[in-house]
Amino acid sequence: MPHITYIEPNGTAKTYDLPLGASLMEGAVQNGVSGIVAECGGSCMCATCHIYVDEAFVELLPEMEEEENEMLDGATAERLPNSRLGCQVRATNKLEGLVVRIPSVQ
Amino acid sequence: MMNKIVIVGAGHGGVQAATSLREMGFEGTIQLIAEEAHLPYQKPPLSKGFLNGKQTEENLVFRHANYYAEQKIDLVLGEKIRELDPQSQQLTAVSGRVFSYDKLIIATGARNRTLPSEVAPNAFYLRDLTDAQRLRPALDAVDTVAVVGGGFIGLEVAACASEAGKKVTVLEVQDRLMARVLPPVLSDIFLKKHQEMGVEVILQARVSREVLSEYDLVVVGIGVMPNQELAESAGITCHNGIVVNEYQQTSQPNVYAIGDCASHFNRFAGKQCRLESVQNAVDQAKIAASHICQKPLAYDSVPWFWTNQFDLKLQMAGINSDYDSYAFRGDLGANKFSIFYFNREKLVAVDSLNRPADHLAARKLIQAGSTPTKEQVEDINVKLGAI
Repeated sequence: MPHITYIEPNGTAKTYDLPLGASLMEGAVQNGVSGIVAECGGSCMCATCHIYVDEAFVELLPEMEEEENEMLDGATAERLPNSRLGCQVRATNKLEGLVVRIPSVQ
Repeated sequence: MMNKIVIVGAGHGGVQAATSLREMGFEGTIQLIAEEAHLPYQKPPLSKGFLNGKQTEENLVFRHANYYAEQKIDLVLGEKIRELDPQSQQLTAVSGRVFSYDKLIIATGARNRTLPSEVAPNAFYLRDLTDAQRLRPALDAVDTVAVVGGGFIGLEVAACASEAGKKVTVLEVQDRLMARVLPPVLSDIFLKKHQEMGVEVILQARVSREVLSEYDLVVVGIGVMPNQELAESAGITCHNGIVVNEYQQTSQPNVYAIGDCASHFNRFAGKQCRLESVQNAVDQAKIAASHICQKPLAYDSVPWFWTNQFDLKLQMAGINSDYDSYAFRGDLGANKFSIFYFNREKLVAVDSLNRPADHLAARKLIQAGSTPTKEQVEDINVKLGAI
């Protein structure tokens, strides 16, 4: 079960051991990490679980579906090359040690 | 000294209210009372990802148990509240347990309308996790399924069952699908998709015991009614829901109501209404919490909804019940387009089919009261977010 570190908008880092298959959004919300809203509960509908993924891991993530790509264009915080929606990335063993940064607005 | 908030109902609204109270600095006691024994969870996936097995119960949980402990939210599971006494500011549970409050938030949601049991004696309904946990294995064990009701829930169940290889028949009494909320062009697209995927759809259907007895399993999705009895029997004003003002206060000012059970004036709908959606529950929860924390904000959110059926993802922003013209954006033939609805040249609603970026832009436009021209809508090179 991979350890994922979330950096909250105020800079606080929190690390959790996520069950395999849990989304990065679920891992954050269920544990009470602040800054992720997840209005739609993980249906790729609202773009309020926007995260910035550690550059070193970008290539290890599952490829983005067109839907996620379009939603990220509508996200409130600036879209960067390492932007993803937390609900669309599921925990795998390859993601051990991943660090994600949460933008200050969703 | 206001010290204790009780929240009845731990769905999307109830949980959000508890979370928001803490985020807004409320330091007193919060009791969050759930009728079900489950840790609070999300409902939308029950008729989608949970039913088709892509999501498990663990995926649906809002927060782990230790979150409530850390936030000092007293989560009370498995207590059904039967009585509210606004004079003594007390609630009584079926178990006899008594809860007293300084302020009360009613977030009791809605319950399914049912068919008479002589028509559908063994029918399944889908509202909560227990229903879904029963329905999933029952579906696995049968070949033919009748779905009564061609609304969101019925059609989402039909799509899941069909994808699982079941022979599915949808029985809808009206002459088109989702007629309450969609225009005919979208009803037709969903009809064709279901038929293409092997679902038999019977419109203007007659539903009787004889008709239903031909199927191995019957699922009924014919709408919901508000759980307002707790408030009503306490003398609080109810009329198709618990009537609230823009701060979610009921006719008893220290009693609030939020979510599916609350009837409010919605400026985007232009009328008094109840909305059955995650958006409404979550946003009204924040409004009630802000009022309790004396940082009042008035409820003023654009309603939005969604449904997933097969590869069709429909997102609705605003209320499209009252419009006099419309414009299309995108590709109708490819099921990838949005319909922009105007009333007296003002944008009032947008339905987006497989066009998620349009949906996000539409919510912002409607909230701001901005109206693009029909030429701007039709030209996909014009970025709507920039208008």
